[in-house]
Amino acid sequence: MKQLLRIMLSVLLILLAWQALVIWGELPHFILPSPLKVVTTLWESRVLIASHAWVTTQEILLGLLIGTVLGALTAVWLSQSSVVRYLVKPVLILTQALPVFALAPLFTLWLGYGMASKILVAVLIIYFPVASSFFDGLMQTPQGWMHMGRVMGATPKRLLWHIQIPAALPSFASGLRLAAVYAPIGAVIGEWVGASQGLGYLMLLANGRAKIDLMFAALFVLALLTLLLHYAVGRFCDVLVEKYRP
Amino acid sequence: MSTQAPSIHIQGSISIAENRLIETLDMDIKAGTWSCLLGASGVGKSTLLHLIAGLTEHIRFEGSLTTNDRLPLEGRIAYMAQTDLLLPWLSILDNVLIGQRLRGEPIQQNRAETLLEALGLQNHRHQYPSQLSGGQRQRAALARTLMEERDIILLDEPFSALDAGTRAQMQELSAQWLKGKTVLHVTHDPGEAARLGEQIFLLQAHRLQTLDVPALSIPRPVDDPQTLACQGRLLRILREVAG
Repeated sequence: MKQLLRIMLSVLLILLAWQALVIWGELPHFILPSPLKVVTTLWESRVLIASHAWVTTQEILLGLLIGTVLGALTAVWLSQSSVVRYLVKPVLILTQALPVFALAPLFTLWLGYGMASKILVAVLIIYFPVASSFFDGLMQTPQGWMHMGRVMGATPKRLLWHIQIPAALPSFASGLRLAAVYAPIGAVIGEWVGASQGLGYLMLLANGRAKIDLMFAALFVLALLTLLLHYAVGRFCDVLVEKYRP
Repeated sequence: MSTQAPSIHIQGSISIAENRLIETLDMDIKAGTWSCLLGASGVGKSTLLHLIAGLTEHIRFEGSLTTNDRLPLEGRIAYMAQTDLLLPWLSILDNVLIGQRLRGEPIQQNRAETLLEALGLQNHRHQYPSQLSGGQRQRAALARTLMEERDIILLDEPFSALDAGTRAQMQELSAQWLKGKTVLHVTHDPGEAARLGEQIFLLQAHRLQTLDVPALSIPRPVDDPQTLACQGRLLRILREVAG
């Protein structure tokens, strides 16, 4: 509660400084609209913004879900065989060497202007942090547990399921936290490159038509979405870490 | 499930990464008795346990490891380590059942509950390890070990992290519950060896020595003069070995 109050106070300070800058700096509203103007636009265009925000939200959530599942499966796959590690790990690192910005136009070309290309950008950004942190966790199961499991006569599959995966969940959580921050970035990059819907598209459109107040309103909603996601995923990760920490 | 506890005979040499740890080892662990293994740190006690337990990926062993009943060791061993190795995400009851889960066997929850009750943990069975004291956790680890119904029990300093009172309690409880099994117990504590050892081995660089034990049956009382004398003798020998 105290922290919420602190955040609200600092937001209020920024808004006041912003309003003061607009008033005394005599900035035209197409360069920097006042916060009041942005709030008014946000209210007046709420239906428009909400419909675009809904598209972006779906892209973010689907990207997060698919990227996390693919990343986690890759981590498990890599952890199970040194041959796979030898062959696949360089490919994994290569996917990180390619800037997603550069690939996004290609995805739009291949998958069209719809949601699929944006989800793919988000998936690609999320995939690596999830895969690599979960993989690290899977490779660092405390030796005592592994020895106990083997002496008990566990099959590799059951050892993985009952000991290695649960023990790696705190590491998985740290990857997931990063993924939650990256997912909106991926979706918006996808929308900037080519889209007909979504907050990123709306921001570009508003910018092009010098409707800076609308751009700020869309930006505000995007920031709010990102914060909400960050908070929700963060709480989930806290629970994981609390329960599974060695 | 449970066969007769076997004797174990180890003969040979043990190395780790070209580094010869134990040369010409000749060790007879008697059937159904409690054997303590003393020795300085790094001399190879835990390596010897790992060898018997089949955790041999880093160990090079040249020689023979046999039992008197000629049955393989695999699947007949339970293992307790210095840390309790309880899984923090499972309740105490589920921790006791982990062996059956890991083998995909039918779950005998009733038996686990009976064991927990016998060890005074019935009120803690739905709690998590972090909610228990060190002594309770090690009792839970004992319950998990007993649940395995194995003939051979390997103990790697399981009581060394406990306070003196709790440790004495755990020694008595373990001696009572592991009676009739072939136990090999690695310890640093001469007092523990004097209380529990029906056979006491001292492992020194490259060789193994068998020491005398008091005549009383185990667990020997903490204040028994013979036991105390044995403890003193062991400590003196360890003191000499340390140089």
